Amino acid sequence: MADEPESTDPSAEGLVPTGTTGHHHDEHEEPGDGGSPRLRQTGGETLPVVAFLLAMVGAVAFVINYIAGNNTQIFGVAVFFMVGGIGVGLVAWAKRYMTPAEPDVEPRGRIASTEEEIAEFKADFDVGEYELERRSLLTKLLVGAATAMGLAALIPLKSLGPSPNESFKVTPWTNGKRLVDEQGNPVRATSVNTNGVITVFPEGDIGDEFSQTLLIGLQPGRLVPVEGREDWTPENLAAFSKVCTHVGCPVGLFEANTGQLLCPCHQSTFDVYAACEPTFGPAATPLPQLPLGIDEEGFVVALGDFSSPPGPGFWNQRQP
Amino acid sequence: MSATDGTPRSTRTAAEEATGRHGLHLPHHEHHEHVPVRTKGARVARWFDARVGGARIGRGALKKIFPNHWSFLLGEVALYSFLVLIITGIYLTFFYDANTDITTYQGSYVPLQGQEMSNAFASGLAISFDVRAGLFVRQVHHWSALVFLGAIALHLARVFFTGAFRRPREVNWVIGCSLMLMALGNGFAGYSLLDDQLSGTGLRIAYSVLISIPFIGPWLASLVFGGNFPGEDIIGRLFVIHILVLPVIIGILITVHLTILIKHKHTHFPGKGARDDNVVGERLWPTYTFKAAGLFFIVAAILGLLGGLAQINPVWIYGPFKPENVSSASQPDWYMGWLEGSLRLMPNWETRIGWFTIPNQFYSGVLVAGVAFGIMYAWPWIEARVTKDREEHHVLDRPRDRPWRTAIGAAALTWFTVLGFAGSDDVLAVAFGLSVNALVWTFRIGLFVVPLIVGVITYKLCQELRDRDGPFVDPLLLEGSSGPNGNGSATNGSDGSEGSSGGDDAPDLDLDPDPEHATRR
Repeated sequence: MADEPESTDPSAEGLVPTGTTGHHHDEHEEPGDGGSPRLRQTGGETLPVVAFLLAMVGAVAFVINYIAGNNTQIFGVAVFFMVGGIGVGLVAWAKRYMTPAEPDVEPRGRIASTEEEIAEFKADFDVGEYELERRSLLTKLLVGAATAMGLAALIPLKSLGPSPNESFKVTPWTNGKRLVDEQGNPVRATSVNTNGVITVFPEGDIGDEFSQTLLIGLQPGRLVPVEGREDWTPENLAAFSKVCTHVGCPVGLFEANTGQLLCPCHQSTFDVYAACEPTFGPAATPLPQLPLGIDEEGFVVALGDFSSPPGPGFWNQRQP
Repeated sequence: MSATDGTPRSTRTAAEEATGRHGLHLPHHEHHEHVPVRTKGARVARWFDARVGGARIGRGALKKIFPNHWSFLLGEVALYSFLVLIITGIYLTFFYDANTDITTYQGSYVPLQGQEMSNAFASGLAISFDVRAGLFVRQVHHWSALVFLGAIALHLARVFFTGAFRRPREVNWVIGCSLMLMALGNGFAGYSLLDDQLSGTGLRIAYSVLISIPFIGPWLASLVFGGNFPGEDIIGRLFVIHILVLPVIIGILITVHLTILIKHKHTHFPGKGARDDNVVGERLWPTYTFKAAGLFFIVAAILGLLGGLAQINPVWIYGPFKPENVSSASQPDWYMGWLEGSLRLMPNWETRIGWFTIPNQFYSGVLVAGVAFGIMYAWPWIEARVTKDREEHHVLDRPRDRPWRTAIGAAALTWFTVLGFAGSDDVLAVAFGLSVNALVWTFRIGLFVVPLIVGVITYKLCQELRDRDGPFVDPLLLEGSSGPNGNGSATNGSDGSEGSSGGDDAPDLDLDPDPEHATRR
């Protein structure tokens, strides 16, 4: 832009051209020209000049780093100067040379249409609306056909996933299925220490999210079995679903002394010695228990599926 | 400039010759006596003008006035972050692989070599370690998302506290709320793409919240995930949603948002002669254009610096997603923190009628979010109903002049903030050596008490400030004084607009300016 303070009050501060770069562009603005704002000079060129130069330096550094360094930090600093230099230069330029002497004003104008415009619109629109009303059979059929088309077009959404089915409630755990660890090794009753806990899966379903189970070595004599589950904990072993009944995180933390299982996501806490009833946090239902047995070879097996469907609740999860 | 201007070219002056050569055009003259210099650029411009027109419209656009206030930049920052997201995002799509088939990692990050992981996670590692500038671009992309959401939230707060959502801007308020919703969703979809342990946990939670919706939940969850969690489809679907569906929706909404803004013309704060029927500020060209373009580059520069220096989402530390693993201190990105907090603070209630269940996470996940966003969407109508003010407003409120609204907004922000901190209660417990259980109870109580206290204090502060200083009166609009354009009579001024906003039968919202205060200034 220009340095010549022709269009501004010369007594205002900062109007003397600083001439840092020696470049002088002439600004010609006729005072009193109603269509043009007066711009005021409020500073020199030093800052934008430095900023634009730094932008170029940043660009060079960026390229060099890409070729020779690939250093993420240097990329950040180079881009900061390369891009920020342009930004600072533009803003400084605007603030120094493009500040209006006084705020510009324009009328806001009307947003809503006038009554006449609305009436004219309505008159034109009514031509078609009248036709729709007159051919009411056609209109109804068109609406019907469009609705039918819309509904039919939605049907392929069904391909996105199976209907909610038994797999939302039933796991691969069946009577006699061995418990295997994350490497697929069957678990012996003797391989779980008191207060120890390992993650197990049904044999053949390693890594299955829904059937992941915690196998816990209970402190002898501490468990008060729930009615009907007296035979589910052979050799002081108990197994519970590892999927939190709140929102499904793996219940990963076991505090052996207190017998509390803790979900690290939302702090739901379950008491292993009280059938994993929730004792704190948002979970409202206990972790389902897996009935355990020991097969002839000494490996731990399931005696059936969980005591209830594992995982977070949904409206008909408990529907028999 | 004007193609219809028949004045011969030869009459141009030496001064104009000089102007034309020195890049930036001078402010345009009201009456063109000369056609501009025939530089190469001018010839190209003329070529286009002859084919598509535009000089006339363009001239009007150049003179468009933009009011000037730092808080008006917040929406711009959001827009510019979105641009950076698109630029960096396109680069990332060239290297990302939305495939959950298992592969054995062979890349250059030694600790994970030989491990089994999804191709998606492996491509995330490749971007981070084997693609030149890949980690930098990935981190800039992630930081841009955080800043995008932050700028949206601040912009929304600015619009709320200044009453910029009032008629005629209700539609833009709704579009803005939708933009925030889409941005939230896209942020979540984006960080889920990496298929790392942390984001997999987030997806697990999302699935569980989805499934909790009565009657349709299991259907929805199954259709979205292609069956049970985790399934094999979700990452690929999220990729399409993240790079196509939501960005297109966001782009369209931004376009409508800005088109309506241009139609309305921007609001302005009282002062400098601002009235409901004018716009006071700076011209689009050159002042505003230079500042706006400069702001874009500055935003991009800061995002670049953050992406280069501040590590974010180091997925190689989290490792690939395995459903049986979880790390403690699992934290979502900041904008999801309030939902995480809501899930954590909810007491262990659920509704059971026979076997029919409304599970716990429906209340804390779906209902809380639904009510919060519902109130936000409906706010312009809620307020208009209470104040009975249905007039058009273009002059903004000072927050102190609307103590009730300001107090409610401050309380709402506090509520979200408390939830956000509650979403990190385990981290806070470790950092300060506190019991998580005690913290949870503190937050449960604090969620109701702290916003109330903040609201009351805000209300009192606003009243204090207003009673001390009185309502703002623009000297330019006082009777007899001459405002800009020489028609600054007070009849249409802020006095009038503020007075009309109260209404006679409005409840006691302290909206009417005290005439005694008005004269004091």
